[in-house]
Amino acid sequence: MGAVIEVSELSKRYGSKMAVDHLSFTVRPGQVTGFLGPNGAGKSTTLRMILGLDAPTTGSATVSGVPFHRHPRGLRHVGALLDAGQVHGGRSAAAHLSALARSNGIPRRRVGEVLHEVGLAEAANRRIGGFSLGMKQRLGIATALLGDPPVLMFDEPINGMDPEGVLWVRRLFRRLAAEGRTVFLSSHLMSEMENTADQLVVIGRGRLIAAESVRDFAARGTRSSVVVGTPQVAELAAVLTAAGASVEPEGSAGVERLAVAGLPADLIGALAFDNGIQLSELTTRTASLETAFMELTAESTEYQAGQPR
Amino acid sequence: MTTLTSAPRTISVTAPPARFRDLLSAEWIKTRSLRSTPWTIALTLLFVIGSSAVATLADKAAPSGPADFRPYDAYPPAGYWTLILVAGSMGALAVVSEYSSGLIRTTTVAVPARGSIVLAKAVVTATLWTVVGATASTGSFLVSQAVLGGHHAGFPITHPGVFRALVASALLAPVCALVGLGLGVLLRHAAGTMVTSVFALVMLPPMFSETSRWSADIKHALVSAAWNRLIQTWEPEPGSLAHTATVPGSWTVYTLWPLITVALAVLVVKHRDV
Repeated sequence: MGAVIEVSELSKRYGSKMAVDHLSFTVRPGQVTGFLGPNGAGKSTTLRMILGLDAPTTGSATVSGVPFHRHPRGLRHVGALLDAGQVHGGRSAAAHLSALARSNGIPRRRVGEVLHEVGLAEAANRRIGGFSLGMKQRLGIATALLGDPPVLMFDEPINGMDPEGVLWVRRLFRRLAAEGRTVFLSSHLMSEMENTADQLVVIGRGRLIAAESVRDFAARGTRSSVVVGTPQVAELAAVLTAAGASVEPEGSAGVERLAVAGLPADLIGALAFDNGIQLSELTTRTASLETAFMELTAESTEYQAGQPR
Repeated sequence: MTTLTSAPRTISVTAPPARFRDLLSAEWIKTRSLRSTPWTIALTLLFVIGSSAVATLADKAAPSGPADFRPYDAYPPAGYWTLILVAGSMGALAVVSEYSSGLIRTTTVAVPARGSIVLAKAVVTATLWTVVGATASTGSFLVSQAVLGGHHAGFPITHPGVFRALVASALLAPVCALVGLGLGVLLRHAAGTMVTSVFALVMLPPMFSETSRWSADIKHALVSAAWNRLIQTWEPEPGSLAHTATVPGSWTVYTLWPLITVALAVLVVKHRDV
């Protein structure tokens, strides 16, 4: 049994606003779990409560069955990157990590090892104040890896990274999970999760929207539909409606198409053939993870642009 | 993909015992890895000891006046109020810089025992500023002695009250640094902490006179007034109208201010979101 993050009926109230609202989910070892939600959904607040930085209003969060704040020293239990800016700009990367390592009785050589691992070996003795955001993210990841912990949590780790960095970080997360660790990764961008995560925990306005595998999540979002092109729009629509499908006209005059939901493409083709209707196009449209996410979180978005008041 | 399907290795958490000594080392690394630390200390020492030299040189009455007043020149207010300001601010910065950058969260994830972090910071700050204070105070004494010695007006360290003045001036720095640190944890805000500590340590004592009992009582409960009493090598005149602080009372003030602020800080930090 590896290290499990268990969140149970967790709530956090700021004044009259519920930042996190009776949230329950489990994050298991050996896989990457994505923590998704629009801006202001309560992801960071939840991570802070798991790490014992903020006290929950109600509910509880445990790591391997123990509230994290009970550990006198934390780095060997959980490694976390909450915000790459949480460093002192006047210190060198090596000094920053040395102090953290020392506080947890971690041997000094680990500092060199993690700096090498994240590609900052050359910059070890430079002041953090001069680092780019991408470099600070790498330093934050080095901090998380310092204690070789079984549980790793990262809040928006890809912000500010160049494409090479993004690829590197994805491979790193996959590797950490393959080593049997629990990897919990927050983001407001679905596209980041598509290639990285196995499981998803999706929240909106502090409430749980979904907790399932990436595949299940994509499947249940948009009903998959079939696009059919035909010169005989009216006839085909009648046949398909009679067969129980819902039909929406699409396209423009001359290139008329139907978006059909509720019938698979092969059945639509067979029905058209049986009724002597000519088809010019027959395409299955699968929902992308991004659409699934947008649809599910549409009502729970905290800040929306362009909405008339 | 064979690497992904291989049996996950079991990650064991074998942590060494949590030692307070490790936290002290960590805080010491943080302190000495900031370039501003040695610079601030060097300039402060230069100014404080320099002010003693200037004050003694300028005091024409010292060589001929009563011997009791001579040691007083070693600890001029200009130099030691500066020491109060610098020590108080540096003590405050030791924690406020962590709050303003968010580093405190990184620190707290590494060491969830928050009270221990505050205590470790307090011990490192107190030790550092005791060394600085002792250097300043000994330097002031020696420089002042050298000047007076030129006039054959020197006095030994065994002269009544002289050693007490030296110790009180040495401890002024750590007392103020700890008050600054405690206030820093309580207020977390850089400007707010600076103003509050300067107000409490420097601005407040002159507001109260020693002519009426209640006013004198307040004044005597403040750090810089306590220091003022402890460096006086002469005893108050029995017939004086002013209320004078007692020496044991002043030592108590020296002890209680850092003790109370740091104790409050440890208490508050345990019950507050980071």
